[in-house]
Amino acid sequence: MHFPENLQYSESHEWVSFSEDKTALVGLTDYAQHELGDLVFVTLPEEGDGVTAGDPFGEVESVKAVSEVLSPVTGVVLEINVALQDSPASINESPYEAWFVRVGEITGKVRLMNASEYEAFVEGK
Amino acid sequence: MGGYIPSPDTERREMLAALGLESASDLFSHIPGGVKLSAPLDLPGGKSELEVRREVSALAARNTVFPTVLRGAGAYRHYIPSVVKYIPAKEEFLTAYTPYQAEISQGILQAIFEYQTMICELTGMDVSNASVYDGASAAAEAAAMCRERKRTKTLVSAAASPETIATLRTYSEGAGAEVVLIPAPEGKTDPSALVALLDGETACVYIQQPNFFGLLEPCEALAAATHTAGAKFVMGVNPISLGLIKSPSECGADVAVGEGQPLGLPLSWGGPYLGFMAASRALMRRLPGRLVGQTHDAEGNRVFVLTLQAREQHIRREKAGSNICSNEALCALTAAVYMAAMGPGGVKDAASQSVSKAHYLAGRLCRIPGVSLAYPGEFFHEFVTTLPVSRETALAALEKGGILGGLPVDRGLLWCVTEVVSRAELDKTAEILEEVCRK
Amino acid sequence: MKLLFEKSLPGSCGRYLPDSDVPEYALPEDALRKTPPALPELSETELSRHYSALSRRTYGVNCGFYPLGSCTMKYNPRINEELAALPGFTEVHPLQPEHTVSGCRAVLDLAEDALCRVTGMDAMSFQPAAGAHGEFTGLLLIRAYHRARGDFKRMKILVPDSAHGTNPASAAMAGFDVVNLPSREDGLVDLDALRRAAGEDTAGLMLTNPNTLGLFDTGIREIADIVHEAGGLLYYDGANLNAVLGVARPGDMGFDVVHLNLHKTFSTPHGGGGPGSGPVGCKEALRPYLPASRLAGAVSPESIGQVRAFHGNFLVVVRALAYLLSLGSDGLLEASETAVLNANYLLHRLSPKYKAAYSGRCMHEFVLTLEDLKSETGVSALDLAKALADRGIHPPTMYFPLIVHEALMLEPTETETKETLDEAADLFLELYKAAHDRPELLKNAPLNTPVRRPDEVAAARNPVLRYTPGEAAQE
Repeated sequence: MHFPENLQYSESHEWVSFSEDKTALVGLTDYAQHELGDLVFVTLPEEGDGVTAGDPFGEVESVKAVSEVLSPVTGVVLEINVALQDSPASINESPYEAWFVRVGEITGKVRLMNASEYEAFVEGK
Repeated sequence: MGGYIPSPDTERREMLAALGLESASDLFSHIPGGVKLSAPLDLPGGKSELEVRREVSALAARNTVFPTVLRGAGAYRHYIPSVVKYIPAKEEFLTAYTPYQAEISQGILQAIFEYQTMICELTGMDVSNASVYDGASAAAEAAAMCRERKRTKTLVSAAASPETIATLRTYSEGAGAEVVLIPAPEGKTDPSALVALLDGETACVYIQQPNFFGLLEPCEALAAATHTAGAKFVMGVNPISLGLIKSPSECGADVAVGEGQPLGLPLSWGGPYLGFMAASRALMRRLPGRLVGQTHDAEGNRVFVLTLQAREQHIRREKAGSNICSNEALCALTAAVYMAAMGPGGVKDAASQSVSKAHYLAGRLCRIPGVSLAYPGEFFHEFVTTLPVSRETALAALEKGGILGGLPVDRGLLWCVTEVVSRAELDKTAEILEEVCRK
Repeated sequence: MKLLFEKSLPGSCGRYLPDSDVPEYALPEDALRKTPPALPELSETELSRHYSALSRRTYGVNCGFYPLGSCTMKYNPRINEELAALPGFTEVHPLQPEHTVSGCRAVLDLAEDALCRVTGMDAMSFQPAAGAHGEFTGLLLIRAYHRARGDFKRMKILVPDSAHGTNPASAAMAGFDVVNLPSREDGLVDLDALRRAAGEDTAGLMLTNPNTLGLFDTGIREIADIVHEAGGLLYYDGANLNAVLGVARPGDMGFDVVHLNLHKTFSTPHGGGGPGSGPVGCKEALRPYLPASRLAGAVSPESIGQVRAFHGNFLVVVRALAYLLSLGSDGLLEASETAVLNANYLLHRLSPKYKAAYSGRCMHEFVLTLEDLKSETGVSALDLAKALADRGIHPPTMYFPLIVHEALMLEPTETETKETLDEAADLFLELYKAAHDRPELLKNAPLNTPVRRPDEVAAARNPVLRYTPGEAAQE
């Protein structure tokens, strides 16, 4: 399993990538996609929706389960990755390229871990 | 041993002994007193098959079976080919549960896939589900499918079936969503009233075609107005009529639902019937209930499975779009056999004969002084006539002749004629009514 | 196997209707559809053979052991089918005048009377078409009851986490907020958690007893007291009534509303997923709110309205009535005793190797957890289920209740012999050994069924929900 150094990670298994323009991309970690299995459908919020750190903003479906995706940050959805809706498989294939949303106007976040902390966190599971 | 229990007492004693118990009642020793019954149920003892046959047959014999049925209003007596009764009675179809185990359920899964395809063909829509309870609950589920965060209101034509409107109201009440009637002053939905009612909170408009009074609604215009306002257009259709008249997709519907009973199911005092639901591809995931999809196995065989199950209650629980679990699978199978037996020509023939015979009866009745069509406009196989005598008098006279006359409605009687009624029966109806009206 | 559409031969349909004997009436051109629906065209021979082939690829109760937990797959008596097919029932229009349908009314009255005696309820409606439909209806009765008392704040329904998915889904559809109650370690309702959750916003509690783990909740009277003292009502999910016929009644346990599944407990066939019938019974105080058909007669002004058209799945009620008459008081008790005996015996036979998710006397069904087997051998509940299918047994319910890992839920019902149970137990034990010796055999199962495991991921990612000519001509 692979956890890039340049990302930060939440306990609910989302990754966040903060950009210099004060926005953040959010996706699901390699560990999460592995646990969820083959994903078949993704529900995304709408652009302009507010998101709250620790609250769900979307859903991912496998054949026999549905799971919420929690936002690691509080802010406003600037952009959604529409391509995910046509190819949820890309979350399984390349989880760190398959971002869900770009969030701006960030005013808060959940406790985040760096790559090695997160790796230790999932090993403890 | 009665009760369809195959194990004799000796076997049951062996099993009890293996469990270290003396009697069957020991199995319930942990159920607290006060909850456990201290006396047998206050019911008669069990009966033999012959006694049960006599008793239930006697109940059936108490009902009147009318040789001639000229009443519809949501339930229609069409001809049912013999083969349509026999195929669904095959014990594998009859006694199977929901096909969750695809490998040993390909037969029922394929049959539902074929049913879904035929419903798509009939309605012209992209996708169909595997059935819901009946036409009225299908309408209610369709309204639920169309609700969005900011659009929750349903506009329903006052010329839809009162049973459907009542069901829509019950379901919407649960969801806290508003249902508003679109006036139908002359038996048909008023297009200008619809335009006036449409607003930014309207989720969908429900129109029945042909409507409760048998009239053909201007669905294309109503759909266009609905779409202009950003709402979804839902049509409740009679499946037999679709052999002949414009399909929901040709009218611009987003969702098509209806009562599937005319497709080979007997009247049965109202059930079991069949709710069918079809929608545009964009609304596929909003469809409630089971969906059968095509895929393949490791050897490349074509395989059918229940799919998109993560929408359903057993996975999504309180967040599911609908709570439906058991549906009307065997009735869907019956409808599929009916459609396949009749073919496109047979369904069209049933539709056009019904139309022609309804118009023949309307023509005959309207020659009687005081009898006329209550509403203007083209009708399918139902129509309302006024009467110069009381509805009760007219119906009683017809009943004596073995005829179930039209359903009493505000302006008179709502008649229905299908292909099973002969010209002689229609002539007899007109003669009896003429006689009654002359007095 | 080919689809009907792939067998279609234009012009081969049978002749079922005579030529019309009235002048043709032509509807205006703009009312007509432009292209006919592409329904298949088959001769009756081809049609019959097609469906005979499909029936051979379908597994029903009459094909063999069907221990599908929570579904009560008991034998469906033939006499019930014959009586439900009597023209005196099938040829009756739902809107016939009342004096011409006294036989139909009597069927409902007799069934209502008998089922009220079985459940300890005072009134019943047969309009709901299935269990989930009954739940929705029953919850609307509860809502109407509170509202009629001017009590609008009761908007929460308590549901144990072991409940069927329909329970929370129905509560949500009826406009309630769902509060999930965690089960205790022994699988029963946690009374302390219930006390904490019950309050002035509680509309009611939904429960099935025995619960979905096959355990009778012996604290039921206390549960009822807690909910009633908080001002809420108790809803009984009748899915598991087959365990307690003539033994205990929901009404005596303290329940106010019940739904029954006539297609489970009262022997009517499942038909590959329906039609069922989900009558709702209630105590006297809730009677005014029961649903009824609007066109067919007077509806109480306090009624919740109607949940579908007409009188419900009437022919299913005819079958259930025939069953009730056949069994009677003694037969119903015997059915439940035998159902519970069969379940306990099967569990006893399996217990040397398989682990029940909860200890304690089971009722008519039990839940195994294959968590240990999976960690030891990699063989999952799914693999074992598929191996059972390969050997001619319908697999148990898998992965339910959700609170049990690697769950298999078995409900043998009363209509199986000791021999069938022994054979099934032997097979389970054989497969347990195979899981350790040759796990790949189970992971590849089934091998002998008409098809192998389907690619469900492909089905869900690119849904193909209908046949389209020219597409996917694969066989």
